[in-house]
Amino acid sequence: MSQPKTIIEKVWDQHVVHEEEGKPNLLYIDLHLIHEVTSPQAFEGLRLSGRKVRRPDLTYATMDHNVPTIHRNVIKDQISKKQMETLEENCEEFGISLADINHPDQGIVHVIGPELGLTQPGKTIVCGDSHTSTHGAFGALAFGIGTSEVEHVLATQSIWQAPPKTLQVHIDGKLGTGVTAKDLILAVIGRFGVRFGTGHVIEYTGEAIRNLSMEERMTICNMSIEAGARAGLISPDETTVEYLRGKRYVPEGEEFDQVAQQWLNLASDPGARYDMELEIHADEIEPQVTWGTNPSHCVPVSAQVPDPLDAESDDEKDSIERALEYMGLEANQTIQSIPIEHVFIGSCTNSRISDLRKAADIVKGGRVHEGIRALVVPGSQSVKQAAEKEGLDQIFIDAGFEWRDAGCSMCLAMNDDIVPPGERCASTSNRNFEGRQGNGARTHLVSPEMAAAAALEGRFVDVRKQMSTV
Amino acid sequence: MEPLKKHHGIVYPLNRSNVDTDQIIPKQFLKRIERTGFGQFLFYNWRFNDDGSLKENFSLNDPKYNDASILVGGENFGCGSSREHAPWAIQDYGFKVVIAPSFADIFYNNCFKNGILPIQLPNDAVEKLMEKAEDEIYGLSVDLEKQVVYGREMEVNFDIQPYHKEMLLNGWDEIAVTLTHEDKIDQYEKNTKGVKTLGIS
Repeated sequence: MSQPKTIIEKVWDQHVVHEEEGKPNLLYIDLHLIHEVTSPQAFEGLRLSGRKVRRPDLTYATMDHNVPTIHRNVIKDQISKKQMETLEENCEEFGISLADINHPDQGIVHVIGPELGLTQPGKTIVCGDSHTSTHGAFGALAFGIGTSEVEHVLATQSIWQAPPKTLQVHIDGKLGTGVTAKDLILAVIGRFGVRFGTGHVIEYTGEAIRNLSMEERMTICNMSIEAGARAGLISPDETTVEYLRGKRYVPEGEEFDQVAQQWLNLASDPGARYDMELEIHADEIEPQVTWGTNPSHCVPVSAQVPDPLDAESDDEKDSIERALEYMGLEANQTIQSIPIEHVFIGSCTNSRISDLRKAADIVKGGRVHEGIRALVVPGSQSVKQAAEKEGLDQIFIDAGFEWRDAGCSMCLAMNDDIVPPGERCASTSNRNFEGRQGNGARTHLVSPEMAAAAALEGRFVDVRKQMSTV
Repeated sequence: MEPLKKHHGIVYPLNRSNVDTDQIIPKQFLKRIERTGFGQFLFYNWRFNDDGSLKENFSLNDPKYNDASILVGGENFGCGSSREHAPWAIQDYGFKVVIAPSFADIFYNNCFKNGILPIQLPNDAVEKLMEKAEDEIYGLSVDLEKQVVYGREMEVNFDIQPYHKEMLLNGWDEIAVTLTHEDKIDQYEKNTKGVKTLGIS
């Protein structure tokens, strides 16, 4: 019998176009996703060297990073406008499908890929965006690339990549009520740090992962990059197949059944070996809140902000001190004593319909706390429509939330959705870096449920207590 | 791309871990559609006050580093977003070499595409470099061919993938290199038959 293989090795081996001693592999790319911010220089490079896009039919573009989420067609920022127009012209010139700002399929690139069924198990997927790891939820090998690599993929439909090391993150047990996929991935990064995945592709395994919906799996894989990993993925199973059935770009009928069987065969073989293995127990995880300036700076909602004096190294002490200063927090302050001014529910991590449903469950009948500005930004225009059909928009609006159009929005504040200097935001996004949501802005990463609860209370609270009173 | 074989320059020490690409080049500067002109925005929020004046306590603003061309950082340098604007800003500011104990993968790759040499050195060597460059104007020589960095009282060898090394030494256009294998890409597409359209494989 042949050696058992991980899904990472299987997908990799299927895509090697060329290998040569002393060189990375030349890897074929099945799907190239494009957005307005990291592509203009790549298209310009093609024009300068007189090259074409090899497979426009495997390339799909949208606008997400700097689109306005309100008053859609009034783009005040002329440079943003120019960037969007440039994408439109480039797609036109090179024959690439584009979901532009007025298109019903428009949305965050990592939300629309899966919902259109462009994302499929076993595909190699790249995009000039680090959160491309999201698509790994389907058992695709999906990773972020730079603009030069975008140009390379446009021209050749391939990329040079050294075979990655494999890393299994095994999560057994069950998540408790009110504890979400977001809490799980934050807890993993909190435990193992922001660079444990460097040079590796992570496969998430175990009972807790199997029990997650596809949308929850996307939340997990999305944040693989925050652990430094090149990609993160989950072996396909029936949950994957059922999610994809009926999606627009997926085959139908008998052909679907055949392709579904191929997808299932991609799952890691029993006994497959990984270069590294880590384990964490789902039952031990509580809702998480970040207190600092990288995603590993997180603690359970019942805990306190750490004390630099307890740090294990000088480097860690420096890092905690600098983070506390930036965040305007005191050592040992309880998480639940931290007041907030903004709430952002959105981003490629947590803006899908199930995220909005869960947040709406908490919000229903409540009022956004005085002095808080709260935004809900659906991940795509179709998520927005679906939510409106269910009446979720009204629940949010009645409670005092702003209900917006789709885009990356306040996750990185490239459009007008900005957190002002020194102000604090409970955010369902993925990065709490200095200045991420605006110069001087203070970001606390949480789940949609925790963000919703914080919006009502004006500070962080344990959402599990709210749930028991509902 | 300009080849890079040897470099001699002044070291600028940035003694922080996990320097992310949001710090290297904040998002408000990602809207340009050109590759050039990003150097003025490098480490913008660390270098400048809200009114645009220089922050005196940020080390890069110390005139002794005005001519620095070798950036030495802490662990996990360049983590976060895939934005190539980060190496563009570093290069446009005048840095040719970045040294750190470890790099984030995407940033590391992006450097080679732009003629910047990222060098991974052991922690103690990086610490020594930091100390020297904080105390004095410290010059360092980098020889890519021989894979060695050396300066006063210090000489360290470094590892680099042969492919990356060749690319920088020759200043290759990677796409042109790949296109020499175009027949293999054609063959791959023929063999797999699949990947016919956007969705259906």
